[in-house]
Amino acid sequence: MNEPIVKIRGLKKNFGSLQVLKGIDMDIDQGQIFALIGASGSGKSTLLRTINQLEEVTEGEIWFDGELVNQKLPHRQREAHLNRLRQNIGMVFQHFNLFPHLTAIENVTMAPLMLGRVNKAEAIEQAKKLLDKVGLSDRGDYYPSKLSGGQKQRVAIARSLAMNPKLMLFDEVTSALDPELVGEVNRVMKALAEEDMTMIIVTHDLRFAEDVSDHVIFMADGLVVEEGPPSLVFRAPQEDRTKSFLQQVFND
Amino acid sequence: MDFALIGRIWPFFAEAAWVTIEVSMLAIILGLILGFAAALASLSRNVLLRWPARAYVSVFRGTPALIQLFLLYFGGPQIGINLGPFEAGVIGLGINIGAYMCETIRGAILSVDKGQTEAGRCLGLGQAQVMRRVILPQAARMMVRPLGVNAIALIKGSAIVSTISVLELSYTAHRYISSTYKPFEMFILASIFYLAIVTVFSFGVKKIDERVALES
Repeated sequence: MNEPIVKIRGLKKNFGSLQVLKGIDMDIDQGQIFALIGASGSGKSTLLRTINQLEEVTEGEIWFDGELVNQKLPHRQREAHLNRLRQNIGMVFQHFNLFPHLTAIENVTMAPLMLGRVNKAEAIEQAKKLLDKVGLSDRGDYYPSKLSGGQKQRVAIARSLAMNPKLMLFDEVTSALDPELVGEVNRVMKALAEEDMTMIIVTHDLRFAEDVSDHVIFMADGLVVEEGPPSLVFRAPQEDRTKSFLQQVFND
Repeated sequence: MDFALIGRIWPFFAEAAWVTIEVSMLAIILGLILGFAAALASLSRNVLLRWPARAYVSVFRGTPALIQLFLLYFGGPQIGINLGPFEAGVIGLGINIGAYMCETIRGAILSVDKGQTEAGRCLGLGQAQVMRRVILPQAARMMVRPLGVNAIALIKGSAIVSTISVLELSYTAHRYISSTYKPFEMFILASIFYLAIVTVFSFGVKKIDERVALES
């Protein structure tokens, strides 16, 4: 077995006096699809955001692709280190965070061009392919304000993929969408999962989590309460907290 | 109202209005440069940039522009700064308005959603790259109108350079009052020119604002 692509050890995170992560350990192998579930405030989004250091950690270690992510470094070196790591870690947000002053295709080409990965023609060709992949080949010249929520989120996924990441982080990416637009985004994520992309998905959409993931982590109060394959966690949960959470959600 | 007098002397006011425009525009350009530099410095994590920028803003917004101008023009020679009235006027007004523009620019930059920075940084772009290509283009749209307000305040406030004998509108009005004893006509005439300058300038700001808002 190869070394896991993401390895988390003893991760703790405080916001002031409030401890939101109380010691998390996690191993994610290449190509695995992890779903992080749990109530609001359980720490699942914070956990996701520590992996690419949008949140700094208080204690513990995060390893990505054989490198310690949260190294203690002088500011400049730390910035360079994070920039390099983040180029390989895509992230998609609940509120899309598309660049509103750029068209869909410019959103996708911006980072690869600025980082000198490709020349302009290559960037545009690649962006067209990615927009086609997310079903938006005819929307390249649209500004985000002219796109629906589902379309925006699909452009955001294409934008992340343009950096050819080794890992994709999804932070409640369908939570802000109208119900009828959730499916189109889920389909894109599912297609990505089938291409063996390594993915960590924070979601409230438990049916989607069951459908797409191969490992589910149920968190509560900053701790992992229960984890395992979706068939077990969803169909035969062992812990009381998991049972009551699932009951609550599925009864809604 | 002595219309014959106005008809005779308005060309002198037009010339003076041109000086007002020159002083104001040069001061606005200087103010924009200082304001941008100070805004970026005050958002830096380096205290050696941040503190001087904050001090600049506090001092120049916290003291009367008139005193700043006097300090530069009358006090300057004592410490080896010898400026003509026009130069002192431009520099004095420019430094003063720069402090206000700094706050406008800083506010616009801070008003861009934090998610924009996060999205940029997550793609592996550096702080400066995100600022240049993601934040500033969005902030620029939001700062056009408030900077226009700053600039218009400066155009009207430029009347204070008459006190260091720059031959602009207010100075010219005073000068003709002492020879004609018609303050009512002279101040009305000066006001008309100020109003005309401000109106044209506001229109320009509105056009720029519409233009930058166009695409998105």
